[in-house]
Amino acid sequence: MKEESLWVLVEKRNDAIHPVTLELLTKARDLNKSLQGTLVAVMIGKATERDSSFLGLYGAEEVLEIQSQEGTIQCPEVMAEILCMAASEEHPSIILAGATAFGRTLMPLIAVQLNTGLTADCTELKIDSDRKILLQTRPAFGGNILAVIECSSSSPQMATVRPHVFKMMKASRPVRAVRRSSRYNPVVKRVTEVLERVIQDVQVDITQADIIVSGGRGLGKAEGFDLLKQLSDTLGGMTGASRGAVDLGWISPVHQVGQTGHTVNPRLYIACGISGAVQHIAGMKGSEVIVAINEDPEAPIFEIADYGLIGDLYDIVPAILKEIAVSEEH
Amino acid sequence: MKQVPDTQHVKIDPEKGTLIRKGVPAVTNPFDESALELALEIKEKLGAKITVLTMGIPDSECMLRDALALGADCGILLTDAGFAGADTLATSYALSRAIETIGNFELLIFGKQAIDGDTAQVGPEVAGHLDIPVITFVMGAQEVTENSIVVERMLDNGKEIVRSGYPVLITVVKAERRLRMPTLDGLLTSFDLRVQKLGVSDIGADIQRCGLKGSPTRVKKIFTPKQRSRVMLIRGSIEEKAKGFVDILHGEGILS
Repeated sequence: MKEESLWVLVEKRNDAIHPVTLELLTKARDLNKSLQGTLVAVMIGKATERDSSFLGLYGAEEVLEIQSQEGTIQCPEVMAEILCMAASEEHPSIILAGATAFGRTLMPLIAVQLNTGLTADCTELKIDSDRKILLQTRPAFGGNILAVIECSSSSPQMATVRPHVFKMMKASRPVRAVRRSSRYNPVVKRVTEVLERVIQDVQVDITQADIIVSGGRGLGKAEGFDLLKQLSDTLGGMTGASRGAVDLGWISPVHQVGQTGHTVNPRLYIACGISGAVQHIAGMKGSEVIVAINEDPEAPIFEIADYGLIGDLYDIVPAILKEIAVSEEH
Repeated sequence: MKQVPDTQHVKIDPEKGTLIRKGVPAVTNPFDESALELALEIKEKLGAKITVLTMGIPDSECMLRDALALGADCGILLTDAGFAGADTLATSYALSRAIETIGNFELLIFGKQAIDGDTAQVGPEVAGHLDIPVITFVMGAQEVTENSIVVERMLDNGKEIVRSGYPVLITVVKAERRLRMPTLDGLLTSFDLRVQKLGVSDIGADIQRCGLKGSPTRVKKIFTPKQRSRVMLIRGSIEEKAKGFVDILHGEGILS
């Protein structure tokens, strides 16, 4: 029987490899212990020498470049098409991608063409070693439940994985990734056209933050975010917001945490003036440590917080900033 | 569109670890409300015929009736035991068959995701089945003409302005405006409209590809996330609270 292969789709952003790709490679190495297959990092477009040695550091045994004969590819339809051409030739047993805008657009298109199952936004992956089946855990119903899903009747098994859930670690023994290249001639003719791409400061991608200081309606005014930004800057984190604050126009939607915004899993989440609507909690309950600062002791946010500070955030946050400054002097 | 249990009111059976759906109110998926509002705005501007489509239990008809009262022209409900238990592949297959049966479409607007499953896969998968372009995570339309649409699309770290001709499928994040309220006129007009119910055979679907049979993924287990321990309140004066907080940051290794 042909050896199994496990594919991780490489996501590049501003010419740098997205951290979620490295998180996936780290996890895939672990999965591969029971599968004993080949770990392949699949790149749509050209992989530089630097890319492949970097991917090798995280355990990619092969780097497969998939290119179009027509040159650079931008739209998901064509990416999906040539990726499926490659998958039909190589029959990977598993395909993983980040649950980012890129992965969550591309993977469904691939799953349909390959006529297989796809599990969205997983937070845990395991191999059932007896059956060599991928067990995919994902939250549903706004994070109220977790479901373990498998796809044993069709191949490949496909999943998108939430960024920042798995740790990224270099392989103990670096691999020298073998670079291969395949070219395909896509037939998709009608495509979408990107007229403009506005990439905000990469710092604004809060899904990558280790520390998030978030504000809600309880701030009372847009200027409250200036204070929160001081705290997040001091801690080396980023600023988040609840939907309420975004809807009031106090801060841009790229900061929004929750069901209609981003799902985040930082080491520390500080919720300031956020009551804790179910939709908000769904987006941040995976945080390692949750601290709530709120005037209302009955606010539901305290039900999921590890630590609570009851009081006016306009008193407490400046006092915290002062205390941090003092503690750093020592 | 999809009728979903209001996730705010979902309760868990603590012993079985399953969802208690009984008594949980059904609501229209909020992202689909944004999709409908966008469709209504386009209709007002350019004139268009709006068809609202859902797959679900017979009860979902009331959601479609609400949409008709707001200005949708035609409601179609896919309802059949054969559709039950569908995962995203089988759901998107059935919806794409229905869309082809209805025919003559230019713009397909989906909510980004449904708040019960949260997969965000059905929209792009329908586009895959229909072999038409897809634009996901749309925040709003900048320009809609009879030949093309220009939309603003949300990325994880910014946004894109994307143009497409028709047919195209877009999935919307959240409209700038909330879904409108019905007017008396709209309500009266909608009384004359009928929601059409279609089953597996009506849309020429392969029963083997619908519902549970057509679903490659299986839910093996459902459980509730580990409960967090109770909140520890940091008490005292403002200074004491601040100091307690900073001590935690040291304890958690966040400040060194």
